[in-house]
Amino acid sequence: MMAVNRLFRTCPSTGLVYHEAAEKLIRWNAVAGVVSLLVGGILALLVTLTRWPAVHLLPADWFYLVLTAHGLDMLVFWIIFFEIAVLYFAAAVLLKCRLATPRIAWVAFWLMILGAIINNVAVFRGDSSVMFTSYAPMGAHPAFYLGLILFAVGALVACFVFFGTLVIAKSERTYTGSVPLVTFGAVTAAIIAVFTIASGAIILIPTFLWSLGLVAHIDSLMYRTVWWAFGHSSQQINVAAHVSVWYAIAGVVFGAKPMSEKVSRTAFFLYICFLQLASAHHLLADPGLTSNWKIFNTSYAMYLAVLASMVHGLTVPGAIEVAQREKGYNRGLFEWLRKAPWSHPSFSAMFLSLIGFGFLGGISGVMMGTEQLNLIIHNTIYVPGHFHATVVIGTTLAFMGLTYFLIPTLFRREMMFPGMAKWQPYVFGLGMMSFSLFMMGAGTLGVPRRHWDMTFAGNALGYEFPGTAYLMMGIMGISGIAAIIGGIMYLLITVGSVFLGKKIATPDFKYVAAKDGVAPKPAPQPAFGASGHGASIGMAGFVAPGTFVLALVFLTSFILYYFVNWKYLSTVWPLS
Amino acid sequence: MNTAQDHSEDVTEEPIPAMQQILDNPFLLLFIGIAMPTVLYIVWGVMEIVGIPVAK
Repeated sequence: MMAVNRLFRTCPSTGLVYHEAAEKLIRWNAVAGVVSLLVGGILALLVTLTRWPAVHLLPADWFYLVLTAHGLDMLVFWIIFFEIAVLYFAAAVLLKCRLATPRIAWVAFWLMILGAIINNVAVFRGDSSVMFTSYAPMGAHPAFYLGLILFAVGALVACFVFFGTLVIAKSERTYTGSVPLVTFGAVTAAIIAVFTIASGAIILIPTFLWSLGLVAHIDSLMYRTVWWAFGHSSQQINVAAHVSVWYAIAGVVFGAKPMSEKVSRTAFFLYICFLQLASAHHLLADPGLTSNWKIFNTSYAMYLAVLASMVHGLTVPGAIEVAQREKGYNRGLFEWLRKAPWSHPSFSAMFLSLIGFGFLGGISGVMMGTEQLNLIIHNTIYVPGHFHATVVIGTTLAFMGLTYFLIPTLFRREMMFPGMAKWQPYVFGLGMMSFSLFMMGAGTLGVPRRHWDMTFAGNALGYEFPGTAYLMMGIMGISGIAAIIGGIMYLLITVGSVFLGKKIATPDFKYVAAKDGVAPKPAPQPAFGASGHGASIGMAGFVAPGTFVLALVFLTSFILYYFVNWKYLSTVWPLS
Repeated sequence: MNTAQDHSEDVTEEPIPAMQQILDNPFLLLFIGIAMPTVLYIVWGVMEIVGIPVAK
């Protein structure tokens, strides 16, 4: 019988318990993610400098190649490698448990690496510039699909290592009661990941066979419908993962506890049931599907997932507010926010992620998910504006914030360039907010997405956009450069710290063999508000009045923007 | 044995609410999280596409 690795170490500064095998896998997955981010970031610079009309850097063939690689390296490889690291962290570290089947986890990791390399090679060969979506009948080299399939299989195996770890933690009783909320969020992300990857397999395997000539025909509408169950749901894994990271950072930086575990868990449950259905908004302009299917999936069902996001958007800052008020920052509506540690990069990254995801990504997502309003912006640059707000500001920035926490505890290195780290989330986050906002502005004026040349120079059917559209694309370019500088700062800090940073001296550092057994029962926690603090903090009967006001500002913005777009629709499509 | 003692303590604790039991079961959640979008998005969508009359 194979010996089970039961070596653990305890981080002296955080008290987190690391299983030796899990720790290595978390590190390697995180590093692989950051390498993908580096490649994707260089490509982002080239894409930005081409879509900035005054620069227009690359020729058309290179632009489509670079855009394809940028989409895959960022939306698939960077994000999913880092998410696997988050899943292992949420299971093995937070549950103080050994990782299930580390050898299989390594097989999963190397499958993902192999898949990512094969896919990148296929794209850089130059005959697979089919974009992230790779819509059939536009064909790529078979290696393109093979790389994606291998990566997806690896990620799927990694998800089941995560579920296996949950089983071990329960059977060895390393925790009692329910799993922590952050782990529950990771469960949500893993569930969405399984659906996502299975959908990818359903459509990519026949497409791979088609690229080899073994299947005669791929129906384009069928491809689009099933592919988006993979393509959009892969971004929903991010949502569940980065919301978990928000809760984790609120807990780490402030010692904040969720305002209501029950409400937060129910919100994650709504994600499990409904979040993936939002994939349908990519097909709102497709003629083959009925309005029943479109409206059910993008409106009735998607709104329940939106409700869940609004719950998280309320409870995370609410928990921070309560923690801050309990520390004495209890004056007025916003003293808790003014006195927040704005120079702590984990906090500033998390808070900017939350604001950007909600105000820019969330509101625009609901607008795009409305069948009629979708017509205004379908296939325009508004769409990448929306998903840069959700995936880059929401997910990437949250993951950046988590990295600043992980460098000392996971890699046992002091953070290099701490002064730069204070500014990094602002340069990246604010740059990306402006980038997304002006993309959405230009998209509202009809500027197409994925198009090499918005002037349509030399085309038989030209179109002249107003000067405002060019101005917005120019500001988008400048903002994109700012965000890329923020990304370079992040890479300098993280790569420098991990490989060259001063080792944190822990004289009594060692891995200790632990037998499986019963974890000590946690001390009973006082119910929220019953500690005596609950009654003495807040205003007018609210324990978190500042968050309540912020939520009202959000709702007002939401309603105004939504109805402004209905008004706009009536002007672009005159019926009288 | 501690474990036996713990089990006897568990027996006397309040019953776990049904919703919490659902949320504490990751494999039930996995089933729900796959079944719902598979039925509502993929199966329903594919049925609609298959039902489109073929052009003659």
